[in-house]
Amino acid sequence: MDFAFMWDAFLTLLSGVPLTLNLAFMAVGLGAVLAMLLALMRMSGLKVLDWPAQAYVFVFRGTPLLVQIFLIYYGLGQFRPTLQEWGLWVFFREPYWCAVLALTLNTAAYASEIMRGGLQSVPHNQVEAARACGMSGFLLYRRVVFPIAVRQALPAYGSEIILMVKATSLASVITMMEVTGLAAKLISQTFRAIEVFVVAGLIYLIMNFIITRIIMAIEWWLSPHLRRPPAVEPRLEAAHV
Amino acid sequence: MKFVKTIGLALLGSALAMGGAAAQEKTVKIATEGAYAPWNFTGPGGKLEGFEIDLANDLCARMKVKCEIVAQDWDGIIPALTAKKYDAIMAGMSITDERKKTIDFAGPYANSPNGFLVAKNSPLAKMPGTGEAFNLGSQQAAAEKAIQAYKPLLKGKTIGVQGSTIHSKFADKYLKDVAEIREYKTTEQHDLDLAAGRIDAVLADSTAIIGTLDKPEFKDYAMVGPSITGGILGAGVGVGMRQGEAELKKGFEDAIQAAIKDGTVKKLSEKWFKVDLTPRS
Repeated sequence: MDFAFMWDAFLTLLSGVPLTLNLAFMAVGLGAVLAMLLALMRMSGLKVLDWPAQAYVFVFRGTPLLVQIFLIYYGLGQFRPTLQEWGLWVFFREPYWCAVLALTLNTAAYASEIMRGGLQSVPHNQVEAARACGMSGFLLYRRVVFPIAVRQALPAYGSEIILMVKATSLASVITMMEVTGLAAKLISQTFRAIEVFVVAGLIYLIMNFIITRIIMAIEWWLSPHLRRPPAVEPRLEAAHV
Repeated sequence: MKFVKTIGLALLGSALAMGGAAAQEKTVKIATEGAYAPWNFTGPGGKLEGFEIDLANDLCARMKVKCEIVAQDWDGIIPALTAKKYDAIMAGMSITDERKKTIDFAGPYANSPNGFLVAKNSPLAKMPGTGEAFNLGSQQAAAEKAIQAYKPLLKGKTIGVQGSTIHSKFADKYLKDVAEIREYKTTEQHDLDLAAGRIDAVLADSTAIIGTLDKPEFKDYAMVGPSITGGILGAGVGVGMRQGEAELKKGFEDAIQAAIKDGTVKKLSEKWFKVDLTPRS
């Protein structure tokens, strides 16, 4: 192992980090909105809403992300005249937006199931208690259902965010020069696959380490009831009364 | 006991038989990309076909070895060779100084210039230098002047190249300051994106461009720009192998020279490329 070379490789690959994080956070952010919509559709109890959501999750969870990226990028590229007519070509022309779209659609399918699991894990008696206190509709969701559901879903959702950070590496197949794309280019110039991929792996590890810490902090913040209560000094003077 | 002895003898016998066969016919595993028509590609039946498949079979017959041809993705083709996944590469790979630091070459067995593929109705179709030929090695000044002549035309354009190739290196060195360069995994992918209008031009090997122009979808496209060879574009296409394998290298070297001499390379080249790419020494 040549550490001087690995340091150079590290610096080269670092320039891909902004794009990797940009793709991951765009996809997770937009995907969360879509996922919430899908989860509510699934739980609506109306077949017209439930079935399309089920079909969506089935398709996007059941096919490889790489295939989805290829279909959106190269597949839709063959329908340029139609897309131009609809004014969508400006969007599909750019590999960046195609990558964001594919990642968003994919993560929404997984995240909607995580959110549904969280929402369904809210104990019924707590909802009943809230109703007994006169809460209903949005207030019930905001005060009781969402806080409990988010707490339940967060560990699984954290994994999904990490999976998305790693999934951005597939964007290199549609010319996006993120960390993996730069690594492949560097290998083609130096033919030193082991060193470059070790460094690339290390960069993903560092990014995901920071993300897991942030998720852990949010988990801690959301679960005050699980924390040990602060030790209270016994009030000595009271003992003598 | 007798049973054990019988089995032992049978095993010994088959081991000897296999050893004997190995001594007569060595197997050489050759990797190709399988996505670089007409050099090498995967045919409709899923079988590898192309100029290099035919040539490899011919060379192996001359070397009296048994050949096994396998497909390997282009961007990992050299690391997998050094990791001993196979013994040789025949994948339209140009002999360059940079690659020579890592692997050895036999040949060249073919030599072809680069060019641009553009739409006929694009402003790039009138690229200066079309039809002229330059060698970046022996006529560097003239070749670079030809590049400078077409460079202003490419300003602000997007050019597709296959990553990890001499063309991506050429683009990085000469065109990066005026145009956006996008790197693709295969030539088929940059062709698709050119047809989709995401990129303005493709920079590739002229043979790959001729192969693309054969397809009906590309009837409104043309090859333009000067034909450039040599220099960072390498000294022709050769067989790649690990360093230090003198016997294998000599075997390929002799076989290639014989195939060039008796016209086999010319025949195969005309069959697949419709032009003669036989390297001239």
